[in-house]
Amino acid sequence: MNQNSKFPKGPIKTITGMSFHLSGNDIDTDRIIPARFLKCISFDALGDHVFADDRKEPNKNHPFDDIKNTNKSILIVDKNFGCGSSREHAPQALMRWGIRGIIGQSFAEIFYGNCLALGIPCVQIPEPEILSLINSIKSNQMQDLSINIQLQKILTNDQSWNIEIGNESREMLLSGEWDATSKLISQTNKINITMENLPYLNKFQNFEC
Amino acid sequence: MSTKTLYDKIWDLHTVSELPGGSTQLFVGLHLIHEVTSPQAFAALEEKGLKVFCPKRTIATVDHIVPTTSQSRPFSDSLAEQMLQTLEENCSKNSINFFNIGSGQQGIVHVIAPETGLTQPGMTIACGDSHTSTHGAFGSIAFGIGTSQVRDVLASQTLSMKKLKVKKLWFDGRLKKGVFAKDLILHVIQKLGVKDGVGFAYEFAGPAIERLTMEERMTVCNMAIEGGARCGYINPDQKTFDYLKEKPYSPKGDEWDKAIQWWKTLASGKDAKYDEETKFDASKISPTITWGITPGQAIEIDALLPKPESLNKSDQQTALDAYKYMNLKPGTSIEGLDIDVCFIGSCTNGRLSDLQSAAEIAKDRHVAQGVKAFVVPGSEKVAKDAEEQGLHHIFLKAGFEWRKPGCSMCLAMNPDKLENNQISASSSNRNFKGRQGSSTGRTLLMSPAMVAAAAVTGSVIDVRKLLH
Repeated sequence: MNQNSKFPKGPIKTITGMSFHLSGNDIDTDRIIPARFLKCISFDALGDHVFADDRKEPNKNHPFDDIKNTNKSILIVDKNFGCGSSREHAPQALMRWGIRGIIGQSFAEIFYGNCLALGIPCVQIPEPEILSLINSIKSNQMQDLSINIQLQKILTNDQSWNIEIGNESREMLLSGEWDATSKLISQTNKINITMENLPYLNKFQNFEC
Repeated sequence: MSTKTLYDKIWDLHTVSELPGGSTQLFVGLHLIHEVTSPQAFAALEEKGLKVFCPKRTIATVDHIVPTTSQSRPFSDSLAEQMLQTLEENCSKNSINFFNIGSGQQGIVHVIAPETGLTQPGMTIACGDSHTSTHGAFGSIAFGIGTSQVRDVLASQTLSMKKLKVKKLWFDGRLKKGVFAKDLILHVIQKLGVKDGVGFAYEFAGPAIERLTMEERMTVCNMAIEGGARCGYINPDQKTFDYLKEKPYSPKGDEWDKAIQWWKTLASGKDAKYDEETKFDASKISPTITWGITPGQAIEIDALLPKPESLNKSDQQTALDAYKYMNLKPGTSIEGLDIDVCFIGSCTNGRLSDLQSAAEIAKDRHVAQGVKAFVVPGSEKVAKDAEEQGLHHIFLKAGFEWRKPGCSMCLAMNPDKLENNQISASSSNRNFKGRQGSSTGRTLLMSPAMVAAAAVTGSVIDVRKLLH
């Protein structure tokens, strides 16, 4: 568990680190962090419990227990990763374990947004390319890999793969505006105008604002 | 790109600004919070020195962690007690209306907002819970958010979001007797899969949907997220308005007329354009039940469990995992499978009509030997209404436990849990590995009537065999 590295802050242009693959489609947020660990009022302790139940399965060296992965920060996943509950505890647990970027074939929507709000890019790469990426990692497990948000590429010493990241997410990461709060609260005038035009706040009252 | 759908109209009306990069700053008309996903948001707000921007438009309740046996304070689980206390403090400090235990208004967040009339057509509704899609049953745009977004809504009553595409799911015909809204949505997820809705809002429409009651519509929209769709909605109609009339938070008098006038303009127009459309025949849907570890792994009650090689290639590995985890065999029947625990409740199926349909099956029958069966009403109001109708007597007489309201064993954050590899027949919404509190526990999702039928026979059974 790579808890020493700092949490994301400011503009994110590249993420460099070692990577590992967690196989399986439709891995849901209940598996990423089982509900019993949601009994908390802070996210601080979640890193230890990421995939707690999957890691208990007998005769299996779960990738999150594999000593070779201890200092790795890039996770490679398959399809529809993060489906299910909207709990931000899932990306928080991954981040606190040490994950700083996720590469996958596809992601569930709320999970994707929750990761982005923490400054953790989820980048997409189609099936044939991801197989080639996984093969490359297998052949050299300790190689560094770089997710270049600007170039939309994954780069190793001798290879590269194109990634899809979506213009919005890309700009938010590059500008550092993935943390939306300050932008949102600076628009008070526009918020007030929107409120003045909402029938349920003006033409009739449903409840007091 | 969709145009003139209800989704487009509400989206445009709530758009505050376009953010750099193409996201939209969207105003949130109703923000619902609970004890699990809000404490970190309040802490972050405090850290940034920010205040709640619009405290009256956030409503709080406690549901996930509440015990369903004794709810006297302090809770015996000190972590649960701490979570409730933190919510109490945050609400009191920020002048947020809190529907606490014993207020008569407490319950699962997606049950209490509709039943009090807080949920209304034309609103945007957000909550740190993925089943917020439930509220779309009223013709609102409702979606789950993460804790960072809860913080943003508290701070600004807005959030940053990308507009979804809209897919129309049209249902001809009508549901047959013994087939429920739960079967309809499980059927949809089985046919379309758990990824089909990613990037979409689902509009449920057509004669079969119009025939559904408001509570049934909530069940359908509730599980849109299980099909990958962050939002599910149904155009408001006379049933919607009749349901909302005289609710505590509904507009009254002249304002009611003004509200209806506006609500009638919201439905997707005849000239609406959708990004995708698909059709179903509701009269062909049978009671449907999940057998695996995703809500898409479902079959009609009288079908045989699918052979992995008959499935899409990309679903085969998950099917193999599911068979191993569930200890079931392809090509066999699910009917007759013995069950250990029966759970009736949740934001999917914990409303009065759900309890009525289960009570109809439980009446004059008894829970099978060795089966633990319990009923958890979705809210204090559901419990009161059910008790006024004597439903609790029917359940108790039949050997079910009658519990206090909460989320309970849907996600097992309270003491209600499966043990070891028990199999549950459950009216909830997720059958993920470990979902119901045991890392080897197994969940079969089905309608509340089917759960009751399983309880009284001790095994999975087609509920139509028990209907008079």
